[in-house]
Formats: sequence, C-alpha cells, structure tokens
Amino acid sequence: MTIIDKTADVPAPRGSTENSGPLLDVRDLHVEFKTRDGVVKAVNGVNYSVSAGETLAVLGESGSGKSVTAQAIMGILDMPPGRIPQGEILFRGEDMLTMGYEERRKIRGQKIAMIFQDALSSLNPVLTVGYQLAEMFRVHQGLSKKDAKAKAIELMDRVRIPAAKERVNDYPHQFSGGMRQRIMIAMALALEPDLIIADEPTTALDVTVQAQVMDLLAELQREYNMGLILITHDLGVVADVADKIAVMYAGRIVETAPVHELYKRPAHPYTRGLLDSIPRLDQKGQELYAIKGLPPNLLKIPTGCAFNPRCPKAQDICRTDVPPLLSVTERDGGELPGRHSACHFWKEQIHG
Amino acid sequence: MGRYVARRLLQMIPVFLGSTLLVFLMMYALPGDPVRALAGEQAVDQAQIAQVKKDLGLDLPIWQQYWNYLSGLFQGDFGTQIATQRPVADVIADAFPITVRLALFAFAFTVIVGISMGVFAGLKADTLRDRGLLVLTLLLISVPSFVLGFLAQYFFAHELGWVEPNVSAVAASQELILPAVVLGSLSLAYVARLTRTSVAENLRSDYMRTAVAKGLPKRRIIGVHLMRNSMIPVVTFLGTDIGTLMGGAVVTEGIFNVQGVGYNVFQALKSREGSTVVGIVTLIVVVYLVSSLIVDLLYAVLDPRIRYA
Repeated sequence: MTIIDKTADVPAPRGSTENSGPLLDVRDLHVEFKTRDGVVKAVNGVNYSVSAGETLAVLGESGSGKSVTAQAIMGILDMPPGRIPQGEILFRGEDMLTMGYEERRKIRGQKIAMIFQDALSSLNPVLTVGYQLAEMFRVHQGLSKKDAKAKAIELMDRVRIPAAKERVNDYPHQFSGGMRQRIMIAMALALEPDLIIADEPTTALDVTVQAQVMDLLAELQREYNMGLILITHDLGVVADVADKIAVMYAGRIVETAPVHELYKRPAHPYTRGLLDSIPRLDQKGQELYAIKGLPPNLLKIPTGCAFNPRCPKAQDICRTDVPPLLSVTERDGGELPGRHSACHFWKEQIHG
Repeated sequence: MGRYVARRLLQMIPVFLGSTLLVFLMMYALPGDPVRALAGEQAVDQAQIAQVKKDLGLDLPIWQQYWNYLSGLFQGDFGTQIATQRPVADVIADAFPITVRLALFAFAFTVIVGISMGVFAGLKADTLRDRGLLVLTLLLISVPSFVLGFLAQYFFAHELGWVEPNVSAVAASQELILPAVVLGSLSLAYVARLTRTSVAENLRSDYMRTAVAKGLPKRRIIGVHLMRNSMIPVVTFLGTDIGTLMGGAVVTEGIFNVQGVGYNVFQALKSREGSTVVGIVTLIVVVYLVSSLIVDLLYAVLDPRIRYA
C-alpha cells in the first residue's frame, strides 16, 4: 500500500534555510495542575511534530489533554495553578519553555497563532472587530491606525466576510457564528504565521458552516504553506484536511498515523472504538457502538495502560505495565512510516 | 438615542412633582411650628402668632399651601426662610457650590484611589495583597462615618496639627481635602471591591486568553482589553455615587462644619423651615436624576451591546 503524504508536493517551507527540521517539535511534554484535591496530570509525556505545510490532527475526548498541550505551546496556560515539570517545545529548534517573556511574546501571534473554539467569548465584546484585527498590525508591525484599519478590511475580505468595509466597525455580537469564526481565523492569519493551532475551530458552528470554515482554513493553509495543528474530536473533519493524526488519551498519545492509514487499520483499541462509534449509513437501524465507561479521572489515572478499564481486550499486563509508544510494522516486519501505537497488543489489533 | 433621552427627561417631571409633594407633606406632618419656634422660650401672644402665620400663608389648607409653593417655584421663587428672612434661593446658592466642590474632591479620591486599589488586588486575586485590601475595605465599610470623621479630625487636626479642625465659611479648597477623604472613604471601599472582583473575573475570560495569544504587550492587555470590560459595573456604581455625594453629607459636613447642602438641610429641619427643606431636597432629587441619566448613557458608550431606542 502506498502512503499518501501531501507534504511531499508542497513548496519548500519558508525560512527553511535556517532550519531543516520540523517547524514545531514537542518532546516529552508534561503539564500538571495543582488543585485542592491533588495534582491533576493533564499531559503525561506528549511527543509530536509539525512541518511547514503539514496538518496534524490531534484527536481525543474532552479531558484527554489535547487543548492543554496546545495552550502550553502557545504559552497561555494559567501558571499557577498549571506547571510544566518536564519537556521541551522546540520552535525552529529553539526551546520556547526556556525563553524570556518578551522573546516568547514576539513569537505569539507573529510566528504561531491560535484559533479558539468559541469565537463569541474569545473576541473582546467591547471592541470592534476592526480594532481587534488592526491591533495585530499596530503592535507587531507598528503600523498607523489608518493603515492598520485598511489591512484589517483586507483581511476580512480575505476570509470572505461580505461588505467588509461597512462591517469593520461592527462589534463581535453583531456577526453570525460562522462570520465570527472567520474573524478569528483572520486574526490568526493576520501576520502570516508559520504555524496555526486551531482548537476545535468548528465545534460551536452548525454543520453547513463547519464545512465552509474548514475549507477556508485548509485553503489558506495551502496558500501560505503554514503548519497546522487541528485539535478536534470530530473524526469527520479530520479525514478531509489532515495529513497525520495523533490520538490522545488521558494526557498521552496512544496512536499516530497518516490519516488514511488510521481509518483503514487502527493499531489501538481506543482508536478502533472511536471509529466504530461514527454513525454509518449502511448500519441504519442498528444500535450505535459506544466506548464503555468514562474518561479517566486525571487525579487518579489507572495503573498500566490508562485505557484498560474501558478496553474490551484488556489482559493482566495492561493493568500493570504502561505500554510505550512503539513503531508499528507490517506483518512481515515491513516499515510503516509515521505509525506508532501505545498498546501491548497492537499486532493483534492491526493484523488481527 | 435622542428619543430615549427625551423620554427620560419627561419622566423627570412626575418625579419632580411627586418628590416635592412628598417632602412638603412630611414637613407638614412633623411636630413643631416654625413661627412658635421664633420666640424660643418666651411667652407669646397667640393672636400675634396667628397674625404672622396668616402673613406667611401658613393658615391655609395644606393643598393650597402646596399650590402656592409650586406656583412660586415656577416663577423662580424658592420661598423665604422664616427665621432669617433670607430667600431660600440665596441659601442654596451659597451652600451648593461648597457641596459640589466637596463632592468632586471626594469623587476624585474615590475614583483614583479606589480603582487603583481594586486593579492592584484583582490582578493578583487570593494573594496576600488581595486579602489585605479586603480587610481594609471591610474596615472602612463597617466603621460609621462619624467615627471615621472624628478620628480623622482628632488625628490630623488636634494631634498632628496639619489642618484646622473646622472648615471656614468660605471653605477654601485645601480645607476641604480632609472632609472629602472622610466622605469618599465609604464609596472608596465599595469601588475597590467592585473593581477587584470585576478585574479578577475578567482576567479569566476567553478574550483575555486571546489577547495573550495575539502576542500583545502586558500593558496593552491590561490597559485596553481588561480595563474596558472591568469598568462597566464600576461606572454604574460611580454614577449613583456622585448623585449621593452631591446631595450633601449631613454627618461629615456637620463634623467639619462645612456649610454645604447637608449642613443647611439639617439646620432647616431643626427649625422646621419647610420651604428650605423642600427646595434643597428637590434640587438633590434633580441632580440625582440627571446624574443617573448620564451614567445610563455612558453605559452604552462603554458596552456596545447595550442600545437605547
């Protein structure tokens, strides 16, 4: 089988002369929160990387640590109570966790930008959208108020907001949900960053608008050759736009794979469960599959594999030993690039 | 917007009539007699009292007295004080500027110190400095203003000798600083607490996270994104507060002998000077109505989600 890798035919990444490695490389990241009831281990050793022009989808349930990882990358975690006891976040080879506040601030918005889930609460309610867009140019590029406003209108046109010129002085609550999300996208795109992190960008939107917003995002990403981290729990969204997928569970990555590979042959029972719980037309009338049980309490993550209490195939070893994230191979030992699974029984899962 | 303002202004007419009537009736219901009070402890001829009352129109039925008062008012006549024979308009013209200055000083103190304290504490909620502010403001709220007034007077005037204990009749601006601080300290405590809560709450909001993610400098995040939103409830409080301050402070003005509105109302009440009390109270009501209208309009400027039609 051939592996579909869209990264091969995109233009060379911008600024590739200075660094040939991935754009962003997260290594063994741990995040915990101190609460009254104890230490919540939200992220427990996440590794992933994104290159220019590549889309990584991070998949997982609520509380799996996907958003917290993104916030750690962006540097917008509330610290305290949050803490990063261990790990590195390399952006173009430099560890952002050891940078000073100013140095980090200059990366935010300019090199790495973020799109949030709920555009209504994420935009400032008392400032016009034009002001909020223009702010990017005024702060980072020192443009005058007038020039920045012109740029803001240009951006709004870019994300296809009708009558941008008339609407630039409107407030967020005067826009529809889809238009607001476009404004969030425009704000993230403003300075043409190298990497965009989109944290469930379509969750708050209805299905028809979801598709429009995702198409727009994918189109702009291609055009600017940006890296994109797409955080979602919607498998349907992922299939269309992602290059590779990382599935998270209880703060760890349990499986990584190129997008179509994952859908065809999941190598982790959790991924299997997720795929089986998508409603399908050919199973109309049958009961929909659901993964049994609840996501684990992050204060008390189960010993061994965190998924073992919910796993239909759990054995004794799953309750005692934490499965490492290992490379997945073909039955004959042939390499499957980009595929990893953190399951003791990945062989049975993928080939069984 | 224009229609809204017009409607609010029209609403003031019944409020104005109602408040004058209410105060007028209350003065009538109070025991005591201003004409009899003129004579003090001396024995007076009843016929003489009746004559004076007749001259002043005090023997008429209450509704007629009220009508006479109102019709005088619309011709710009606030009436005359019985004891001093001074026109009430003069009394107000003397007292009001003093109270306005006192109120503005107290207001400035409240705004500048209160908001700074609130922001200072709210940015680091639940830390030592936040707790310290809560204790201090609690103290200011629970100590009555006459205790605070006398303490301040004793300490700054008698012990340290920085100021004169009593404010002179001209009420020079520097004399009004101490009374203003005492007068403003209660609102200061409320403003500080309100700002603190508002700042701490908005600090956790999603748009603040966005502002950080945009890579804005801290100064801008706090100065523009946080403050605009946090000031909305504070402005509402400040608006009603300036109305209250303008209405004069009977206790504080009494302690420091500031001859403003509150002081004069108190004097007039003691000698049953009906027209003085009604005149001043009506003025206070109007000031209060106007200031609350201004606040409501300001509210729409601060928060674009509010529209008046």
